[in-house]
Amino acid sequence: MSTLHLVALAPFIMAIFIPFFYFKFRHIHTGWFILPLPLILFIYLIQYLPLGGGPMETVERSVPWVPSLDIHFTVFLDGLSLLFALLITGIGTLVVLYSIYYIANKKEEPLNNFYVYLMMFMGAMLGVVLSDNLIVIYVFWELTSLASSLLIAYWFHKEKSRYGAQKSMLITVTGGFAMLAGFSLLYMMTGTFSIREIITYGDAIVTSPLFLPAMILILLGAFTKSAQFPFHIWLPDAMEAPTPVSAYLHSATMVKAGIYLVARFTPVFGGAPEWFWIVTGFGLFTLLWGSVSAVRQKDLKGILAFSTVSQLGLIMSLLGLGSAAVHFDVVDGQSLYTVAVLAAVLHLINHATFKGSLFMVVGIIDHETGTRDIRKLGGLMTIMPVTFTISLIGIASMAGLPPFNGFLSKEMFFTGTLNSATLDIFNVQTLGVIFPAVAWIASIFTFVYCMIMLFKTFTGKHHPERLEKEAHEAPAGMLISPVILASLVIIFGFFPNLLAYTIIDPAMQSILPGLLEPGEQFYVNIYHWHGLNTELFMTMGVVFFGSMIFLNHRKWQETTFYLKERDPLNWFYDSGLVGLIKGSTVVNDVQMTGRLRDYFTYMFIFLVLGMGYMLWNTGALAVDMANTADISIYMYIITLSLVLATVVIPFVSSRISAIVLMGVIGFLVALLFVVFRAPDLALTQLLVETVMVVLFLLVFYHLPELKKETFKPAFRLTNFVISIGVGLVVTLTALSAHALSYENPISPISDYFVENAYALAGGNNIVNVILVDFRGLDTLLEVLVLGIVGLAVVVLIKFKAKKGEDV
Amino acid sequence: MEILMILTVGVLFTVATYMILSKSMLRVIIGVVILSHGAHLLFLTLSGLKQGAPPLLGEEASAYTDPLPQALILTAIVIGFGITAFMLVLAYRTYKAHKTDNLDELRGTEDE
Repeated sequence: MSTLHLVALAPFIMAIFIPFFYFKFRHIHTGWFILPLPLILFIYLIQYLPLGGGPMETVERSVPWVPSLDIHFTVFLDGLSLLFALLITGIGTLVVLYSIYYIANKKEEPLNNFYVYLMMFMGAMLGVVLSDNLIVIYVFWELTSLASSLLIAYWFHKEKSRYGAQKSMLITVTGGFAMLAGFSLLYMMTGTFSIREIITYGDAIVTSPLFLPAMILILLGAFTKSAQFPFHIWLPDAMEAPTPVSAYLHSATMVKAGIYLVARFTPVFGGAPEWFWIVTGFGLFTLLWGSVSAVRQKDLKGILAFSTVSQLGLIMSLLGLGSAAVHFDVVDGQSLYTVAVLAAVLHLINHATFKGSLFMVVGIIDHETGTRDIRKLGGLMTIMPVTFTISLIGIASMAGLPPFNGFLSKEMFFTGTLNSATLDIFNVQTLGVIFPAVAWIASIFTFVYCMIMLFKTFTGKHHPERLEKEAHEAPAGMLISPVILASLVIIFGFFPNLLAYTIIDPAMQSILPGLLEPGEQFYVNIYHWHGLNTELFMTMGVVFFGSMIFLNHRKWQETTFYLKERDPLNWFYDSGLVGLIKGSTVVNDVQMTGRLRDYFTYMFIFLVLGMGYMLWNTGALAVDMANTADISIYMYIITLSLVLATVVIPFVSSRISAIVLMGVIGFLVALLFVVFRAPDLALTQLLVETVMVVLFLLVFYHLPELKKETFKPAFRLTNFVISIGVGLVVTLTALSAHALSYENPISPISDYFVENAYALAGGNNIVNVILVDFRGLDTLLEVLVLGIVGLAVVVLIKFKAKKGEDV
Repeated sequence: MEILMILTVGVLFTVATYMILSKSMLRVIIGVVILSHGAHLLFLTLSGLKQGAPPLLGEEASAYTDPLPQALILTAIVIGFGITAFMLVLAYRTYKAHKTDNLDELRGTEDE
């Protein structure tokens, strides 16, 4: 157990103490107790940054968990995990601070729940990014889904919260299962769960027939988590969560877990054309779909949700395009395609800063005005100047305008798509034009929803009568976190190279290992002015067309496209869910009828089909007429009587005849035991049969006559067919077992008892010795069972129900 | 002889199944009793019939029949007896409470 293990586990430990803080210090906001933890973790993790230049040193610490299954809790810290860990703890600190002001410490507010879930998420997320073992990653991965779902349903009295929570849970956990299956396939190919060891297998994985299934299954996990089309529908509904949660989980960290997974597996799958096309294709389509859908939203958080979907698609597509880099030589620490990976890492950081601040700003607006509906808002610029300034910075960055950090990554994104358009592998050819074209169109829509957000909220006429509260600026404490994030937007915008060799290069080294010689670094130099190149003209075009569309918004505001804001894909989810419930109800109604006969029917049919299929399928069916013992005449008499007595039973309608027949059967069986040299069995059977007949007589005296059962013929026929089936299958199985037992003679284990019965237990009757000595404890428990039965019988007979009481 | 016994056992199983599928509680109980007879005989048959003296060491025989299945069947007979006794009393009690032994009429409410 190392300090790094503790980093992942600390939030869980903290969660244990939260209820104590909450109930013991009720008047202090619980958030204050939590705040130091992410801050300390953040400061601790900063030490690992290669601040002095040179490549980052990776750290690995391992603790065995289930060594026999190759599951070790191995923490592995490289550039990629460090980047994510810093995001999780850094944004986590700001979010906790913000939440202290956002969720007031009211009397009935279950703050302890909120912070327990939040800590659970933070620990799980750190676990995902710090683990090297796939199974450990999976466990933490599902924990993040669980925590996310719990946080969405934090205000569970709201119907929409519950709907959103269930939706996110179903979609992300389904993806998680697929991912687990993918991990298992990887294990089948390589025999290890360690990612770094898997990476060393390289070609063995690429040539395996399981390569494609494993890749698709793992991508399913990544796409559901990172809200890629068509799984993105859960993210807008997750906005029912308190805004700090949306800022933290649903824009800055958890939804990027899928990005993390794709980046992590780029060394394994990257280079395959399928990987390139799937990741890029889904990423670009999500980018487009998200940005177009965001324009239709009227809820500020809805806009941000679809914007997040779209930006996640952007990062995803960049990782896809960047995976082509493994096929090209790197000259001077860069190639045409590494720039896409560089852009992905940079945008990941930028998105966390500007989207985090925007979510917090929207939370402030919601908090201070009581609504997030852009149709009600307007003219807040003068009323909330600080909020407006932060929004302006965040939105400008999101729209990709200079001098903010969003501009840098947006330009680089264009560069990446333009470079990839000229790819000469993976059958890109003329299709390559699609990359920059889609990127450009999506960016126009991004610009449009940015304009909508800014102008509809802050300019225009202020309508106090439409708002639930009187609007005013937020308290200072609430503004701290967004101000810090907005400052970062500006700092990273002006000094992007602060990040270059501290975090971007180490992260790129993790995503694209093996491209560089040991000790080399990627060339990372980010600057604003590249001259009058295509990228700049593309940005100008975005601004021009985006403004044109926005200025004409009156024209398209009444179209159905704009008025119907709900994502059409929700139909599939909703009707799927309804269908699932209906389907289960039907199955349940068919299966759980409450009739004993139906249950037995299912069991018998299953028995017949299952056994019959096995007999037929394994070719076990065999009949062996030889090797049988001689049959004497009295055997025929006994068995014939037994068969006769049995066959008559169903036709008997008088109680007494039934009992007599039962007795006949029992005594004939006892007789058979005698013939087969089992004296103990015969004795026991005689005794039991005698008692049984008496018991039957006693009870039957009180019970009604066996009425002639008046069944419909169909009912009787099914019973008959099932009975014949069972009898036939049992007979055939027994015949085959009998025949095969001579083919494969197995020496019985009972020789031991025969040899040792006298020596060890001093008894001559071997059966008795087995029962009371060798297996004495079993017999003791059997006596216990009989004792319980005896008690139950006495109670049932003596029990006198009080009036109105049921049995 | 094994073949003969197996066929007999098949008949026992068939009739037992038929009885278990009926509506009257008593018939079901009878079915279960016959089923356990069938199972015991099947077990004994498959362990090989008449291959030596009874498993009593005093017989001084060169070979004994397999004692292990006999021990298991003995346990099964006793447990089977316990279960039958319990089912009979349960049927008696149910009849006292509901005045019927028809399983169809004894179905629970719709909510169950």
